[in-house]
Amino acid sequence: PSIHPSHLFPFPFRRPPFDSMDAAVERLKTGFEKFKTEVYDKKPDFFEPLKAGQAPKYMVFACADSRVCPSVTLGLEPGEAFTIRNIANMVPSYCKNKYAGVGSAIEYAVCALKVEVIVVIGHSRCGGIKALLSLKDGADDSFHFVEDWVRIGFPAKKKVQTECASMPFDDQCTVLEKEAVNVSLQNLLTYPFVKEGVSNGTLKLVGGHYDF
Amino acid sequence: NLTSDFSCATKASEDHSGLTRQLLDFQHDTVDETDGGYDPFSQLKERFTDFKQRNYVENFTNYQKLAEQQTPEFMVVACADSRVCPTSILGLQPGDAFTVRNVANLVPPYEHGASETTAALEFAVNSLQVPNVLVVGHSRCGGIQALMSMKSKKDDRSSRTFIRDWVSLGKSARLSTEAAAGNLSFESQCRHCEKESINSSLLNLLTYPWIEERVKEGNLNLHGGYYNFIDCTFEKWTLVYRPGLEGGSKYAIKNRSTWS
Repeated sequence: PSIHPSHLFPFPFRRPPFDSMDAAVERLKTGFEKFKTEVYDKKPDFFEPLKAGQAPKYMVFACADSRVCPSVTLGLEPGEAFTIRNIANMVPSYCKNKYAGVGSAIEYAVCALKVEVIVVIGHSRCGGIKALLSLKDGADDSFHFVEDWVRIGFPAKKKVQTECASMPFDDQCTVLEKEAVNVSLQNLLTYPFVKEGVSNGTLKLVGGHYDF
Repeated sequence: NLTSDFSCATKASEDHSGLTRQLLDFQHDTVDETDGGYDPFSQLKERFTDFKQRNYVENFTNYQKLAEQQTPEFMVVACADSRVCPTSILGLQPGDAFTVRNVANLVPPYEHGASETTAALEFAVNSLQVPNVLVVGHSRCGGIQALMSMKSKKDDRSSRTFIRDWVSLGKSARLSTEAAAGNLSFESQCRHCEKESINSSLLNLLTYPWIEERVKEGNLNLHGGYYNFIDCTFEKWTLVYRPGLEGGSKYAIKNRSTWS
């Protein structure tokens, strides 16, 4: 099976000349040292209470895409947001067997940390959303796990294909990026502890889309 | 010698100061707790506008290039804990690292089947062809504490079954912790387990055929990292995999160091 399904890349994919391993790791060291001297050491009153525990107000779902870290785009400081990042920032509906990873994160955030707001953030040029839109009904998975995962957004795909049939593919992707966020927000309500929090007014659900 | 070899600084943005300047200068918002009409958007809006003016606009050309394609150097698996965003602590720039965050930075073994982490590994390694995977653990991890606290199922009347099911993926780390450090305090055992779990995740990475193949070929390196926010240190190491050798000597650690 092809490891480069063409729908994921518009042009022939060429592996760029990456840094040597040592140089790449060395850059992380520089980054860490800068964080330590310019942020951590300069704000002891801020970091001291965080040693004992975290009390974030937000839970954030963002995409794993290297271009969209929510700490950067939303200026989130250490301690503010319990953050899950996965392909296409998806929240599957409640399923004990298949999605314990996401389930445990939501459970921990809502029940133990008592976050006040859950934010689901999609973004432009999302490869996962593009893969979802490109799925052929009934075709074999050439990208098995990725396609299995992005199928979570299938209701959104159906909606976009119906309502935006005449749009060019890229515009459909943009709509799907947002509609998939809505599917995730709906899926959040299938978790009993989320539903309860929303009904009580102790929990708010927010959707977002970052266009870079 | 980083200063004499400038080519290694040119990959993404070599200037880390934008992100750290942002973190440094940012005025800590206080939310008016008595305001019943609290709008969750307003605080985020200010932050985003700040990001756009001070980061996006300044680095517009970079962002335009990134919009065409991402070619990250790393895939990072980090914890969802609000205190340990790898972008912040490692000064990662947009485009540097495809980043998965889950509870206790766990990588399930291949046999576990479909999961969000498995999909991300498939995409990052097969499609993006990242040359490095870095699993980052941290101090005072609630997920690892839950793993170490787990009682047998019949004794555990907690309704939090999701957390239990997920952190159980780290049970081999718990077992080796109890063997190596069972006589130490619970907190020390948790510290030990946080690091054991990183190694267990690294070994789990090798259970994925497409990962094992690339590691054998020398096209993919697997690294562990441990962020200790009590004393602000970062320990890192690289996994060595020698499939030709038998038993335990197949695996070794190299390049271990602590940044402080």
